[in-house]
Amino acid sequence: MIKIEHLSKNFKVGNMDIEALNDINLEINDGDIYGIIGMSGAGKSTLVRCINMLERPTDGRIEVNGLDMGNLSDKELRAARRDITMIFQAFNLLKQRNCLKNVCFPMELDGVPKAEAEKKAKELLEIVGLPEKAKSYPAQLSGGQQQRIAIARALATNPKVLLCDEATSALDPKTTHQILKLLKEINQKMGITIVIITHQMSVVQEACNRVAILDGGRVVEEGNVSEVFSNPKSDAAKRLVMPDGERYQKWLGASSERRLRVVFQNVQNIEKPLVASMAVEAGVIATVLSADIQKLVGDKAGTMLLGVSDEQFDSAMKYLKTYEGITVKEVEDFV
Amino acid sequence: MYSGIFSAEALAEALECIKTEIPFAIWETFYVTIAATALAIIIGLPLGVLLVAGEKNGVAPLPSWVMTVLNVVINLLRSVPFLILMIMALPLSRLVVGTTVGTKATIVPLVVAAFPYIARLVESSIREIDPNIIEAAQSMGATPFQIIAKVMIPESVPSLINNGTIALTTILGYNAMAGILGGGGLGKIAINYGYYRYQYTTMYVAVILIVIMVIIFQTIGTKATIKCDKRLK
Ligand SMILES: Nc1ncnc2c1ncn2[C@@H]1O[C@H](COP(=O)(O)OP(=O)(O)OP(=O)(O)O)[C@@H](O)[C@H]1O
Ligand SMILES: [Mg+2]
Repeated sequence: MIKIEHLSKNFKVGNMDIEALNDINLEINDGDIYGIIGMSGAGKSTLVRCINMLERPTDGRIEVNGLDMGNLSDKELRAARRDITMIFQAFNLLKQRNCLKNVCFPMELDGVPKAEAEKKAKELLEIVGLPEKAKSYPAQLSGGQQQRIAIARALATNPKVLLCDEATSALDPKTTHQILKLLKEINQKMGITIVIITHQMSVVQEACNRVAILDGGRVVEEGNVSEVFSNPKSDAAKRLVMPDGERYQKWLGASSERRLRVVFQNVQNIEKPLVASMAVEAGVIATVLSADIQKLVGDKAGTMLLGVSDEQFDSAMKYLKTYEGITVKEVEDFV
Repeated sequence: MYSGIFSAEALAEALECIKTEIPFAIWETFYVTIAATALAIIIGLPLGVLLVAGEKNGVAPLPSWVMTVLNVVINLLRSVPFLILMIMALPLSRLVVGTTVGTKATIVPLVVAAFPYIARLVESSIREIDPNIIEAAQSMGATPFQIIAKVMIPESVPSLINNGTIALTTILGYNAMAGILGGGGLGKIAINYGYYRYQYTTMYVAVILIVIMVIIFQTIGTKATIKCDKRLK
């Protein structure tokens, strides 16, 4: 369990005071894959670096598995860091060590005998799917492979928490997908809590169960990923959810529901009246899976994706066909 | 002065010197250079590491006055011309090796001149390391000493070897200069024959041998740098 209470962080640059984090309160439960998303400069890296005290908070309290991180001695902090490991955007492998030795590194710091460390390192290389790269050097590996080695290294001390700071930002979409898959496996099989910092919605959607949206150093929205994404409330969340449109819709709908795409033309009030009035007038309960609304020269236009149960599907269609200013269509697949 | 370099007489003189004095002079130059470099590294390497690690934001911050003293001493020693430094260091030679003349006596001033230079070279090598890698080690719970011993130094080995080669060849040059002040080796031969006896042919032989030694050291150093740099493969 990670508890972040009233966390603030200011940076002094010359005589300027930069407020990177402002009164952050978060709880990350054991076993979560917790996404922290925000635009560049929102304070994501600062937040995650406060969790393991790479950055000292200006104010507030951080508790990881019952340890008050800010009040540890240097020695205790070093011990705590074996339980809270980290992977990075730039992988940060030791370039003059081969992969096996890189994975051994944290165990070496811990005084684990060499033979034992190498045995464990080999097992970890198996887990990340790169046993054949033991003797290769980081420079001989692709980015995705380097990140796998970094993950193996981060697992070497049997951590309880894995912090990922933009761990997939330097990778192409396919490799990103593979790394996220690996992280999910690690989360499930080893029960490691994972915190994923990213600026990519797709990463949160693919991997996380909970998400916090960071904007200007504040948490503006927090909750289950599907809730936050299907019904973003804050401007920052909307900015993050909407621009990529339907790419996420497939993922969002519960599998038992049928999906309807509603397209608006020249409508003033879009979401609430439609969904609410359909509930009241036709008795159809629909979930808003996503909505993408743009303002085109004064008029609003956009699409909304609704999920309705199989039983109510026909009544929904009938009701919506009579609704003014919209067109409606069932959506079976999004590719 | 250049006429007669290849005259029979000059060549005979040079040949005589090559047979009698040169082999030992090569050896002297070689071992003084290596010994002085090795000792200067023993002093300069830790100082160079401290220059980076001891900074305010370094991995093992030292009191700022310590850093100031360190920097001032290094800058002072680096700014005194070698020959003058050597004269200044001669009393130290007497203290350490018991004499101010001869081959051994020159090692002391060479070390005094070279260690600040090496400290700066080491500093620049260590600064080349990506700070993110050091931070990664910190995130894994490495102690400051572990970071120095297991990250900073091993990660900068190729650069250290490269800079070590530069130091070695520079010290070889200093060593030749030491011939003026009673040091042995090829430098002494060049000065004795060329400056005092006008036997330029012999002087050129000595100079060419010094150049060849520099080339050999540099070639080995460059090869070693490339060979041990795992970033290049
Ligand atoms: N060491 C520092 N000194 C001064 N200001 C800093 C420092 N680190 C971060 N900041 C400032 O704090 C704010 C948040 O930075 P942070 O790196 O946490 O953002 P981020 O959300 O990780 O952005 P990105 O997506 O670009 O990585 C920024 O305004 C940044 O300029
Ligand atoms: Mg960042």
